[in-house]
Amino acid sequence: MAAVEVRNVRKVYRRDAQEIPVLDGLSLDIADGDFVALMGPSGSGKTTLLNLIGGIDTVTSGSIRVGGDDLSRLTGRALARWRSRHIGFIFQLYNLIPVLTALENVELPLLLVRMSPKERRERARVALELVGLGDRLKHYPRQLSGGQEQRVAIARAVVSDPAVLLADEPTGDLDRKAAGEILDLLERLNGEYKKTIVMVTHDPHAAERAHRVLHLEKGVLSN
Amino acid sequence: MALPISYNLRNLRQRPLSTLATALGVALVVAVLIGALALAAGFQAALVETGSPANAMVLRVGADGEISSSVTRDAAAILRALPDVAAGPDGRPLLSQDMVVLTNLDRRGQPGSSNVTVRGIDPAGLTLRPDVRIVEGRMFTAGTDEVIVGHRLPRRFADTELGDRLRFNQREFTVVGHFEAGGSAFESEIWGDNAVLMPALDRETFQSVTFRMRDPARLAQLERQLEADPRLGVQVQSERAFYAAQSQLLATVIRLAGILVTLVMAVGAIFGAMNTMFAAVDARTREIGVLLTLGFSPGAVMLSFVIESVLLALAGGALGCLLALPVNGITTGTTNWSSFSELAFSFRVTPAALVAGMVFAAAMGLVGGLLPARRAARQPLAASLRAK
Amino acid sequence: MSLFSLVLVNLGRNKLRTALTALSVVVALFLFCSLRGVLDTLDAAIKVGSEARLVTRNAISLIFPLPPAYRERLAAQPGVKTVSWGNWFGGRDPVDPGDFYAQFAVDAATYFPIYASDIDLILADRPQGPGMVPAGVDPKLAAFFEDRTGCVVGEKLFRRKGWRLGQTVTVSGTIFPGTWPFVIRAVYRAKDPAFGEEALLFHWKYLEEKGMGGSGLVGWYVLELADPAAAGRVSRAVDALYENSAAATRTETERAFQAGFVSMYGNVPFLIGLIGFAVVFAILLVAANTMMMAARERTGEHAVLKTLGFDDRTLFLLVLAEGALLTFGAGLAGSLLAKLVLEGSGFNAGGLLPPMTVSWGTVAAGIAIAVFMGAVSGLFPAVRAARLQIVEALRKVD
Repeated sequence: MAAVEVRNVRKVYRRDAQEIPVLDGLSLDIADGDFVALMGPSGSGKTTLLNLIGGIDTVTSGSIRVGGDDLSRLTGRALARWRSRHIGFIFQLYNLIPVLTALENVELPLLLVRMSPKERRERARVALELVGLGDRLKHYPRQLSGGQEQRVAIARAVVSDPAVLLADEPTGDLDRKAAGEILDLLERLNGEYKKTIVMVTHDPHAAERAHRVLHLEKGVLSN
Repeated sequence: MALPISYNLRNLRQRPLSTLATALGVALVVAVLIGALALAAGFQAALVETGSPANAMVLRVGADGEISSSVTRDAAAILRALPDVAAGPDGRPLLSQDMVVLTNLDRRGQPGSSNVTVRGIDPAGLTLRPDVRIVEGRMFTAGTDEVIVGHRLPRRFADTELGDRLRFNQREFTVVGHFEAGGSAFESEIWGDNAVLMPALDRETFQSVTFRMRDPARLAQLERQLEADPRLGVQVQSERAFYAAQSQLLATVIRLAGILVTLVMAVGAIFGAMNTMFAAVDARTREIGVLLTLGFSPGAVMLSFVIESVLLALAGGALGCLLALPVNGITTGTTNWSSFSELAFSFRVTPAALVAGMVFAAAMGLVGGLLPARRAARQPLAASLRAK
Repeated sequence: MSLFSLVLVNLGRNKLRTALTALSVVVALFLFCSLRGVLDTLDAAIKVGSEARLVTRNAISLIFPLPPAYRERLAAQPGVKTVSWGNWFGGRDPVDPGDFYAQFAVDAATYFPIYASDIDLILADRPQGPGMVPAGVDPKLAAFFEDRTGCVVGEKLFRRKGWRLGQTVTVSGTIFPGTWPFVIRAVYRAKDPAFGEEALLFHWKYLEEKGMGGSGLVGWYVLELADPAAAGRVSRAVDALYENSAAATRTETERAFQAGFVSMYGNVPFLIGLIGFAVVFAILLVAANTMMMAARERTGEHAVLKTLGFDDRTLFLLVLAEGALLTFGAGLAGSLLAKLVLEGSGFNAGGLLPPMTVSWGTVAAGIAIAVFMGAVSGLFPAVRAARLQIVEALRKVD
């Protein structure tokens, strides 16, 4: 069973009276444990596709199945819950909560699961150690470098052990060295921990690390 | 499933100036509310404490206060002889036949003058009101033109210090003592011997007769009995009920006015709180998107913002209580229109008023936070992640 | 496009925020002007009292009466044109005891001529007989003079109670016990609204007969002066005259007499003024905070304006103008609203106050406060905008 099945997906945005088609009859499969890079010019719909896979957005027509679950069947609360269990998001601008420490940021997704505070803290700590930040638990985002912030974000993405990681330009805001570290981490998550990764990127160096590269142009796959 | 409260607290600390300004706005609204309630409570307390439920008070039928009442000597004699009247330790009936008039005295430190109650009492009048204590000087000697003055008067009115003379028609009366009376309305009165005052003021009848009931439970029966007696032409009520009624009008007005002002103020403050929260939601658009992405339900996000608003308002409420507290005990005075005479009383900040203030603050926070919280919850996910 | 329209565009940027801020300023100033309006109203009530008329009452207090015999000697006083008298009746409406209104027993033949310039008789019953009235009295009062139990009521009271001309109104006496019927024979309207239209006036003789057993006692005397400048002299002369009698007097101008009633409120006006300031301070604080928040958010834009060539001073004025314009507009609205609503509706706090006035002075004070706060709250962001270094600011923008 494929981790991600996209079938004939159309996504149309409506602005004022105009209809803007972003994705136009897209289909693709991503196998379990795959590491896919999505590339393409601005406005090609890469981020939109990522959002659709992650259940952040809904298709205009077509279907998406992730881990066998039909996303069109899930709405509202159920969709949110599903997402917290099956998907980990990594953003270009990290999107950490500035008033929470690194540890607390990573604990956040676990608040949605029933467990004792002690267990939560422990799991978050383990996740942070995994990304190499075991000594920065009490630091606030403003006290961390860009690369460190992204690592905290990754720890947050994996703490609830989702099967799929969706990364939107994860190295877009980082320098060469930090970017390399992040990509190493992603490779490790894919190789050692068998996470399926879909990564949107502009950076050819980043794309190199993936198993497959898909090109998106004007809403359709072009290779 | 809920977001931790520490998240809200820390966000409030993040924008200290904004938080402080909004909290201060709420604080002032709450302080005004508590002040108004304290004013009304103090006023009512002064009057309610004046009356004892064990005393019966007799006025002329139809009179709405002592000033417009008149009880003849004959009627007073009949009342005196009633078996319902308790006897004092000396065996004499515990009954006071009072002459009550007003005299107009100049205010001290303020222009104008006000009416002050002058009460001519029987010697029994003092034992009937056990809370009365001389705090300066001494008690007036019966049969002389000496008077004692409630201790709230000297600060506010001229001619009321020890040794001062008050002039009534051709007679002069000397102030020989100041008295306390348990915070009641009596503390704003001038007392003298009615045997001397009545001829001096040309009064032939008393204004009221007050006596201790041997059996207070018999009040209702006593009322019926006396009110039906054609020789008397009186109305009877407990002393406490009388004074409670005297306080009713003004206390209600003060409360209503206070609440009205506070409500209008609150509207303004709520708009302000709403603005603050809207700004907070705007600033945290992306953050909210992330929370929703992570799987927190819109309901949880909404609740979190409402809580934040309520916390902010409660902080303001607590500050408001602190601002209002110093007012407790401050004495002020006004003319009680029910008795047409001056009543001095102290602001009384009650626990109930403080609780009311806090609840009101929470309500303001709730109302002010609702719309912004809703906006936070309803954010379209994908768009908010792209926000600046 | 001018700088002014730029200011307007900026205000229109976040309509919700602008609206909320404006509304809170409107509310603040409305309340401020209303509260000060109470003080204005009390002031106006004092001013309605004439300086050309004197009130003589018992020196001890108003509740002590004066002998009717005084009237001759008072009329004979040099400087006194006419003498009239009245008593406070103080009755209750038996149907609605909680609804308070004033009843006065007056010597109609002398009282109405004295107050003729203060009222208009808008409704009057027709007399049965020849319709004779004493000299100086409005002929419309003929029916009233015919009827010993007749009364004249103020228009506001008349309309509020839904009475009709010729209707019998009952009052329960409190000071003068019993049931007192009065027949409405005329209705008066006050020329100055602060004069009040909530009184019921009836014949003093009726009170004397029915309530005082034929030998009446007077509540107070009204002395109309030939020359208002003589007020002080005449007052002193009258009081000296009766200083050593059984009923010593206290004489003062009618205005001072009214002021005396207002002073009975004691500290309350002061408290009201205090609340007014607290209110304004509180809400404007919040509004100022909002405006500062708004300005802070536009740092990037201001930087861009500077790159386009706008100088520091222009930016300063721009940001300042935004704050001042908003509060000026809202302050104006709130202050005017207070005046229009309170005066227009004739709000009188359920009879506790005369109909409210809000003076233009109060409105002006309100607007001035609003503009001041607007300027102050605009000042900080305006200074920041003026001092902005382009490079710094642009770096912060994404």
